[in-house]
Amino acid sequence: MNASAPIKHTQAESDLLERFDRAKDGLAGSVAVKALRDAALGQIRDRGLPHRRVEEYKYSDLRAYMKSAAPLAGAADEAEATSLIETQDGFGDIDRYRIVVANGSFLAGLSDVEALASEGVTLTSVAEALAGETGTQLVASPKSGLTDGVVALNTAFLQGGVVITVKSGVEVSKPVELVQVATAKGAQAVRNRVELGEGAKLRLLETFAGDTGEGELNTVFDYDIADKAALAATRLIVGKTDAAQLFTTIATLGAEAELKSLGFIAGPQFTRNQQFINFTGENSEAKIYGVTMAGGKSLADQTLIVDHVVPNCNSREFFKTVLDGEAKGVYQGRINVAQHAQKTDGEMMTQALLLSEDAEMANKPELEIFADDVLCAHGATSGQIDEDLLFYLRARGIPEDEAKTLLVLAFLSEAIEEYGEDDVTEGLEARVRDWLADH
Amino acid sequence: MLEIKNLHARIAEDETEILRGIDLTINAGEVHAIMGPNGSGKSTLSYILAGKDDYEVTEGEILFNGENLLEMEPDERAAAGLFLAFQYPIEIPGVATMEFLKTAMNAQRKARGEDTLSIPDFMKRVKEAAGHLNVSMDMLKRPLNVGFSGGEKKRAEILQMSLLEPKLCVLDETDSGLDIDALKIVSEGVNKLRGPDRAMVVITHYQRLLDHIVPDVVHVLSKGRIVKTGDKDLALELEKNGYADYIDTAA
Repeated sequence: MNASAPIKHTQAESDLLERFDRAKDGLAGSVAVKALRDAALGQIRDRGLPHRRVEEYKYSDLRAYMKSAAPLAGAADEAEATSLIETQDGFGDIDRYRIVVANGSFLAGLSDVEALASEGVTLTSVAEALAGETGTQLVASPKSGLTDGVVALNTAFLQGGVVITVKSGVEVSKPVELVQVATAKGAQAVRNRVELGEGAKLRLLETFAGDTGEGELNTVFDYDIADKAALAATRLIVGKTDAAQLFTTIATLGAEAELKSLGFIAGPQFTRNQQFINFTGENSEAKIYGVTMAGGKSLADQTLIVDHVVPNCNSREFFKTVLDGEAKGVYQGRINVAQHAQKTDGEMMTQALLLSEDAEMANKPELEIFADDVLCAHGATSGQIDEDLLFYLRARGIPEDEAKTLLVLAFLSEAIEEYGEDDVTEGLEARVRDWLADH
Repeated sequence: MLEIKNLHARIAEDETEILRGIDLTINAGEVHAIMGPNGSGKSTLSYILAGKDDYEVTEGEILFNGENLLEMEPDERAAAGLFLAFQYPIEIPGVATMEFLKTAMNAQRKARGEDTLSIPDFMKRVKEAAGHLNVSMDMLKRPLNVGFSGGEKKRAEILQMSLLEPKLCVLDETDSGLDIDALKIVSEGVNKLRGPDRAMVVITHYQRLLDHIVPDVVHVLSKGRIVKTGDKDLALELEKNGYADYIDTAA
């Protein structure tokens, strides 16, 4: 593309370049990692933040949304982090292990390091790893998504995060919550890597507590799922914040592996949850779910690219969106099936419910198939609450607001229930009710 | 209990006039049957009673226990004791039947200023009523009406009616889509609810249902008007001679 023509930087882009100059000496990493950071920043410098003329960001113009870029958050206050985690618990009473990443850095002191170690799970600080020999691998090993503007922004400013390694054959007995915390205002750039050894099983809960002020929250999750391993990841992106919420999943699945994930968005003003799923071994399965609620003038974007590069893998994508006010919802889902990826079974469905006249949904399901013996289907619907259903409920004495709540909950629950992680279902449905009570 | 005076109504969207001056008084303890050919306005009348906003009342009034029914929201009418058993009960995916029953019962209790039911009390009521109507626990766990057969849907309607204990039951072609056995179960369920404090309006095409639910009064509705009122023998006469006489009368 036309990299030679210099672009006129927005205020946010100028802020980012300045932020980099100020922060770069303090940012973790070997010389090689610093070179990767420079290259990533170069991408922002040359192309700017992702904007509507970049196809993948057509409906979610981050460049237009970010009016400025706040400095990176400084070191975290552990006491403050502890209190935030307690008061903003995302998952209620679920018995779980906890790992804390605060203000962009792994906090071993607040994490269940020893208990996890006794189960065969080791935790490593990303900031430390960046300085070592594996630092570049950590940044550059994922096979896709690296040219994405949000990932480049993450790489340039990467502060830290955690590497969770589950030993081969280990089935972790309790869910593991990875909670990101902001004890001070400021942007965060976090990368977490989840490595599941052969046959390992992990249930991961991803949450956030605190307030980044106007600083964007940019988190990349890199799931490396070995043969016969299984990961279930529930991601909560909630809370009323104007800070851009940028989440990326890059998942690589071996053979006979399973990935199941649910991305739950309710509340932030601008959210992009993007996922890149790669099948590298046969007979594997990915089930990706999305539950999105957006109101006011907010935007919530669930974007997904599934790459079937090997035969005999299944993927299921099921996304539900409820919009109110002048909110905008985005679903972009693409299933790529390479020429030799025969017997691929892909099924993608996106459904939106619009509660107001001014809400807007952009549904973009895409299939790109080069193999000739595959089963792939996609569907997209968007509509309003069915008046006949509403009347039926009201005719039984259920007031209009309560009837609407019941119907919206029923609509979203289809995805939550198919996701089927029973211990999170109740908590998620409670959040749906809370959101509805606010709208 | 119910007083309908000179009721005129039309379809809101295209202004087609359906009801052209209905007068009907129903007292507590009475069962009235409304019969009539297709398109005579039977279902429209039931929807207007329940408060569906697809219809517009252009003239007349409806009093329900002295209150102006037309000014009440559908859920207020239900809480005040009006129940419509739908001709085509709607499937509601994602809402478990049990959950729905609890929500509806408690919403009505709340609207009337009563305490909500305890879970054991609720379960006891549901189990008892479900047993009489041959409704299985499996059905109650499924989403409301989803995948129910025609008979199961109608039984579920009568189950709701039993649990909600309305003052006025409006049954809109409850016999449609029922085989003889199902008709019997449903009719028994309805008869069980007959009582001195409760009134019923049974809307039907056919006399068959009225063998099981014997009415006190039978009305013939044609072209939006009640053209004849009689006792249960009127239904038998209609069964023999058809509606032709009355359609002509009205024309």
